[in-house]
Amino acid sequence: MFETVIGLEVHVQLNTETKIFCSCPTSFAAEQNSNTCPTCLALPGALPVLNLEAVKKAMNFGYAVKAEVNKRSIFNRKSYFYPDSPMAYQISQFDIPIVGKGALTIDFDDGSSKEIGITRAHLEADAGKNIHDGNISKVDLNRSGTPLLEIVSNPDMRSADEAVRYLKKLHSIVRYLDISDANMQEGSFRCDVNISIRPKGQEEFGTRVEIKNINSFKFVSAAIAYEVQRQTEAYEDGVYKQEVYQETRLWDVAKNITKSMRSKEDSADYRYFPDPDLRPVLTTDDMMREAQHIPELPDEKVARYIDELGIKRYDALVITAYKELSCYFEETISHGVAPKIAVTWITSELLGRLNKAGLSIENSPVDSATLGDLLVRVSDDTISGKGAKEALDYMFENKDRDIDVIIEKLDLVQMSDDGTILAIIDEILASNKDKVEEYRAGKEKLFGFFVGQTMKASRGSANPSKVNMLLKQRLS
Amino acid sequence: MITLKEALSKTPQEISEIRDQIMATAKANDLNAYIGFETADDGIPILMKDNIQVKDWSVTSGSKILQGYIAPYNATVVEKMQEKGFVPFGRANMDEFAMGSTTESSYYGITKNPHDTSRVPGGSSGGSAAAVAAGLAIAALGSDTGGSVRQPAAYCGVVGFKPTYGRVSRYGLAAYASSLDQIGTITQTVEDAAILYDAIKGHDPKDSTSAEFEIEDIANNLDIDRTLTIAVIDNYISEADDDIQKAYAFAVEKLKEAGHTIIHKEMTNTKYDIATYYIVATAEAATNLARFDGIRYGRQAENVKNLQELYFKSRSEGFGEEVKRRILLGNFVLSSGYYDAYYLKAQKVRHLIQDEFNVIFDEADMILSPVAPSVAPKIGTSSDPLEMYKSDMYTIAINLAGLPALSLPIMKNDDGMPIGLQLIGKAFNDKVVFDAAASLERAVKYKSN
Ligand SMILES: [Zn+2]
Repeated sequence: MFETVIGLEVHVQLNTETKIFCSCPTSFAAEQNSNTCPTCLALPGALPVLNLEAVKKAMNFGYAVKAEVNKRSIFNRKSYFYPDSPMAYQISQFDIPIVGKGALTIDFDDGSSKEIGITRAHLEADAGKNIHDGNISKVDLNRSGTPLLEIVSNPDMRSADEAVRYLKKLHSIVRYLDISDANMQEGSFRCDVNISIRPKGQEEFGTRVEIKNINSFKFVSAAIAYEVQRQTEAYEDGVYKQEVYQETRLWDVAKNITKSMRSKEDSADYRYFPDPDLRPVLTTDDMMREAQHIPELPDEKVARYIDELGIKRYDALVITAYKELSCYFEETISHGVAPKIAVTWITSELLGRLNKAGLSIENSPVDSATLGDLLVRVSDDTISGKGAKEALDYMFENKDRDIDVIIEKLDLVQMSDDGTILAIIDEILASNKDKVEEYRAGKEKLFGFFVGQTMKASRGSANPSKVNMLLKQRLS
Repeated sequence: MITLKEALSKTPQEISEIRDQIMATAKANDLNAYIGFETADDGIPILMKDNIQVKDWSVTSGSKILQGYIAPYNATVVEKMQEKGFVPFGRANMDEFAMGSTTESSYYGITKNPHDTSRVPGGSSGGSAAAVAAGLAIAALGSDTGGSVRQPAAYCGVVGFKPTYGRVSRYGLAAYASSLDQIGTITQTVEDAAILYDAIKGHDPKDSTSAEFEIEDIANNLDIDRTLTIAVIDNYISEADDDIQKAYAFAVEKLKEAGHTIIHKEMTNTKYDIATYYIVATAEAATNLARFDGIRYGRQAENVKNLQELYFKSRSEGFGEEVKRRILLGNFVLSSGYYDAYYLKAQKVRHLIQDEFNVIFDEADMILSPVAPSVAPKIGTSSDPLEMYKSDMYTIAINLAGLPALSLPIMKNDDGMPIGLQLIGKAFNDKVVFDAAASLERAVKYKSN
């Protein structure tokens, strides 16, 4: 009887070489405050200079979600005091962001899909980090000035499932575009959830609560579930107005609850105004041309996999969800492996083994070329599927990768020569004359017995499909 | 004191002796124009306003809050002038964070006017102007946000030049109001101003508001005999003291004699300039000065219980009254509910002011204007902030419009106090301002009087 309304704000750290307003590296630095300069330390007299690479990456995202990319956008000063904010204002875009309205599509398991609107995406500078060490608080400004793209969705999502699907889609898009590492644990893909409930059929939105800085898809789901329950109970108990008000809450990982956050400053008046140190951002034709280079994105890949490669929609969605996985898949089929076979082997055999070993596709011990070689040996009947699985297991444990050497070493070569197989078959049939008669009299179940005996006699090396075919010939 | 032009022809040995001599005289002097005697490399010494960053110097913007701060980098102007053999030499007193018109708000105490030590030298670059006027410096750098180079130059009888906004890099100038600030020169002559300006001007990739195109060398191409059309703003003059009006009439006569054409124009009442300026400048200042939080550098309050108290105490103890007033004003005009009525409206008026100048420049090459409505006031008489803001009436519109302007001494009043006037040019026509100023300088013969 209640409907949940969810909008998401995602902060994506852009993977530029240098910071957004100075030339300090964005790379990891072991020593605190070592990736800093007068500008990102906010020393007197230092000035910001916009990094156009960050602008191009933001534009690239804009084009990828078919958004309006503003030819002219403005950087504002957003004032608040906090030790991790050295200027005591954040340079951010406010009323004129670089990216305007766009949209992306989320897909459901039943084959349906839904469009989620993107309100805007704007550039801003990340803050540093406060480190609390007993009685002492320290500030590390290595991260200060890292470019962020804040992507704001419309309040179009109606469940935790939709929210997570949106996040995963967004995550995969920025990874395909290669504009961010988008690592949730490391904080390069951070998510704030805006959530409210309303009685079904009611037009106006309920009171929106913001849940900040959730660092995994699982927690997004859990935080939404908790918050829906909290708000619904408040409504049903008649205390909605008292207990649900516009505020920022945090997800408490240990207790599995959201809780009210102490506000950074008593007043949330950020006193935005255009930063007089920066001119309006004007996108040039060259920048637009560059930013319009969009690689094939998940939606297009899914369509192509279905239409051209004959893959099932579900499998196509699984494969394209991660850029690295689809890369792996495409490399595998480029080795001459049939797409359907590649899908089966990658999604069940390879991913299964990777999961078990706690590995991801990027650090798979078996690379796509090796898997390709292996599957080619299956297709050309050199080894059986069972043999290939053995070879995979072997490679998860050992370092050598020459498939032919491994096949020999593990004695996986299949017996595919008709004459040799027939000789074994004839011997089996000769020593089981009674069963041959029973079979011919109609006891067809015995066919399996003959297959088993033949395989056993070949010590498992006979090509099973050949055995089947030749047995049928002999018994007919 | 030798001029900058003369210094250029001296041997390194002679320059070294002059430096020693300046150091000795400046240390013995009690005008309080110098607040530090730091030196950099060998070369022709240039006095630096205390808000221009010189590597390894204590640079404090005349404030208590920056006590203990050592600048770890050079301002772009410092790098540029060093290439020409000019080196930073000593720090000049100033109004705290360049907010003031008298150099009375400095943490280091007041600076006196060398023509009458009971009077202020003007501000905020009062130390720079007093030192050049008193023969304690060959030349100096200042910064001009609403007249802070031109007005003290006028009060002290020296030449003050504010370049077109964007001509000189602001990188390394502790910001007061970013869209108005411009580093300028304080010198003994117009030619010296051109020499020093030539040394510091030019595009800087570290300053996004710096103008991208280069300009010719001015000092070697001064065209003192060219005749120009110069506008006088009649309704402006009537608001100035008799002394100023007299000097103005004298200058107009001299310009006519020199062959220039004088045309008469009117401009909107300067009260709109003042209102607009104090909204734009304080809004920018409030955010520019937010970084002085006592956390990373400068003076940190002691015995604080928590973060909030650290902020409150460090800032309350570290900033002076005028700075606090402007931070409060700035935060007020930016706060939600007031933004449209103040900041946004001020931006619109700023455009109107620019348009008004453009209309005049359709007919005139130059505008002649007073710099201040009176000569340098007595120390301690500018305690009413609104009265002090009003004394900026002739200078702030030039910053709001980003124009180049040069203030030069015309004559002295009966008390022996100098009166300066300013020539205002079209944006990026800095060269024409120098041509006109050189012509006026020759015509009024201030130095020989
Ligand atoms: Zn930096």
